[in-house]
Amino acid sequence: MHGDPRPILLANARIIDPSRDLDMHGDLLISDGIVRDAEPGIRASGVPEETEIIDCAGRVVAPGLIDMRAFVGEPGAEHRETLASASQAAAAGGVTTIVCQPETSPVIDDPAIVDFVLRRARDTAIVHVHPMAALTKGLKGQELAEIGLLKAAGAVAFTDGAKSVANAQVMRRALTYARDFDALVVHHTEDPNLVGDGVMNEGEFSARLGLAGIPKAAETIMLERDMRLVSMAGGRYHAASITCGESLDVLARAKDAGLAVTAAASINHLTLNEMDVGAYRTFCKVTPPLRAEEDRQRLVEALASGLLDVIMSDHNPQDVETKRRPFAEAEPGAVGLETMLVAALRLVHGQHVTLTTLFKAMSTRPAELLDIPGGTLKPGARADVIVVDLDMPWVLDPAELKSKCKNTPFDEARLQGRVVRTIVAGRTVYEYV
Amino acid sequence: MNVATKSSFVLGRRHLLGIEGLSYDEITGLLDLAEEFVELNRQIEKKRTSLRGRTLINLFFEASTRTQSSFEIAGKRLGADVMNMAVSTSSVKKGETLLDTAMTLNAMHPDLLVVRHYASGAVALLANKVDCAVVNAGDGAHEHPTQALLDALTIRRNKGRIEGLCVAICGDILHSRVARSNILLLNTMGARVRVVAPSTLLPPGIERMGVEVARDMREGLAGADIVMMLRLQRERMNGSFVPSVQEYFHYYGLDQAKLRYAKPDALVMHPGPMNRGVEIDSAVADGAQSLIREQVEMGVAVRMAVLEALSRSLPNA
Repeated sequence: MHGDPRPILLANARIIDPSRDLDMHGDLLISDGIVRDAEPGIRASGVPEETEIIDCAGRVVAPGLIDMRAFVGEPGAEHRETLASASQAAAAGGVTTIVCQPETSPVIDDPAIVDFVLRRARDTAIVHVHPMAALTKGLKGQELAEIGLLKAAGAVAFTDGAKSVANAQVMRRALTYARDFDALVVHHTEDPNLVGDGVMNEGEFSARLGLAGIPKAAETIMLERDMRLVSMAGGRYHAASITCGESLDVLARAKDAGLAVTAAASINHLTLNEMDVGAYRTFCKVTPPLRAEEDRQRLVEALASGLLDVIMSDHNPQDVETKRRPFAEAEPGAVGLETMLVAALRLVHGQHVTLTTLFKAMSTRPAELLDIPGGTLKPGARADVIVVDLDMPWVLDPAELKSKCKNTPFDEARLQGRVVRTIVAGRTVYEYV
Repeated sequence: MNVATKSSFVLGRRHLLGIEGLSYDEITGLLDLAEEFVELNRQIEKKRTSLRGRTLINLFFEASTRTQSSFEIAGKRLGADVMNMAVSTSSVKKGETLLDTAMTLNAMHPDLLVVRHYASGAVALLANKVDCAVVNAGDGAHEHPTQALLDALTIRRNKGRIEGLCVAICGDILHSRVARSNILLLNTMGARVRVVAPSTLLPPGIERMGVEVARDMREGLAGADIVMMLRLQRERMNGSFVPSVQEYFHYYGLDQAKLRYAKPDALVMHPGPMNRGVEIDSAVADGAQSLIREQVEMGVAVRMAVLEALSRSLPNA
């Protein structure tokens, strides 16, 4: 990136800013990488001469998305995804900040690797990148990682990625230690023994398909355990990916008790269910597994009520070779950076949630939890802004995905709505033409 | 020099099992008596006869160099016959229980038994079963009374008082008997006590022991007159309680920069043995504000005072 971009006026837009509960018609002026103003009638009061004026024709202007859970292959698995390719995918999906996971090779459990990721992102990525660092060394769930030094190096939260810390004593100490540094602990809640050899939701469909199931209790037991540990140790805790109604009950009780706990669900769990596995579609094999339709509906209700805090993509690029296998042997994971927003728009079109709720869960709340810039269009905020056409119909062609891997469960899905412009720190990094 | 001490202080109890239960006057009495032994120990003729004929057994179930030799010298200078038993290398390995060992030793009619054991409460258990006086030389993570007394003597000699001082105890509070004995003693003597550690090294409920709790050194050392560092055991450094030596030293290791958070005339203590570069930087350990070597000297005097004061209430004394 070089040179200061021209000021941009996003005119005639529906401006949505969840940080101020704002949903209004107006113009948004951006200059020097900063949101200047978001009031009706700026154009009348004059804008700088060289301003690029974009007529949004009533399209939505909102804060760029912050994706709290994206697995990127750099370092170590660049054939699946690099910070550069992930950032291209993110920009196309309206994601202006990626929070990458420490499941890399080597694992992000050393301050020098945090530094490496930040430098590589600065040099190659077109959106902002913040790494989470390992909660335990090597993601082994046994020894605490250097939470203080890693945070000082720039890690925004601590997690063992898609691994759960099975040992309650280790988890207790990790929460206790993290509290001293006001570090956010993000945990994948699946009891590894109950998961066992399971590959999909346990129930009628797993029985019919002859696949080993993963009971919902694998998640709720771990989440319930964690809530009790948080009540002992204190500190800030975030459930990385919850999938079922019972987990929401656990979460609600913990929040009512005043614990500093939050939770996310992936876009997959909010828009798909176990039936999508259909005839052994490995692109619908994710971890935790897709659940029953009732669970999906409970998640959507919880999103609408605010009980569920965050929607994340759970972006997990897998190459063809690891997916074109028998279901039980295929790697779990789905790409999601490019489809998170459009898939979520299904919930808006179905009138289950408002746009403000959606952008709050995909932008404003993540910024608050991670204590990073973004999630707001307040004057003076960094100009991470997207323009979204809510209605444009299209069919997803995996070949057009920017991600290096094409393992999307929305393969050939009919979608309504599209990101038409993504602006990162005042510069347009993606435009749909 | 076989003149009697000026102090005729008698510890009116059979054992010294902990600081808990000692009064202000008892602690002061022991410290005053110890002062006399400091002077004695600096003379050429260090020998006294107050424990002549007495048998002192050092019974150590846990390896120790400085505490054991300190008690040995103290006993010998007072004229006792001293025997060292390192139990870790003898009968325990053959399966003998703690109480069997105690009964065996009791049959040899010792007058004083100095005991260190790795289990909290073990010394008190043993004291119930023997006829002699027992001195706790450290039991698990419970108490180490002679360490707290020697620390108090060191502080008093350098600051002229204990009352009103602010003492910051830093490091592995959770596993430290030194911390517990010091918290009790310093509170009894009217000092203000603060503990400074990452939460993983603080026992839950510690604030109920009458200490302020700080989780970073800047806050914890602010206004401190005394900075007391604790040893972090090697097996606790690599991820179980703290992530690494590097991170521990960065946030909790006492170096010159962190020492500046304390008062300009603050003094630094460490019960030893030190892990240089883990909890304390060499420049501080060997620096002008360090009392660490003086603590060792005070150790002998305090142990002489404890043995003397206990022996004065032994039968036939």
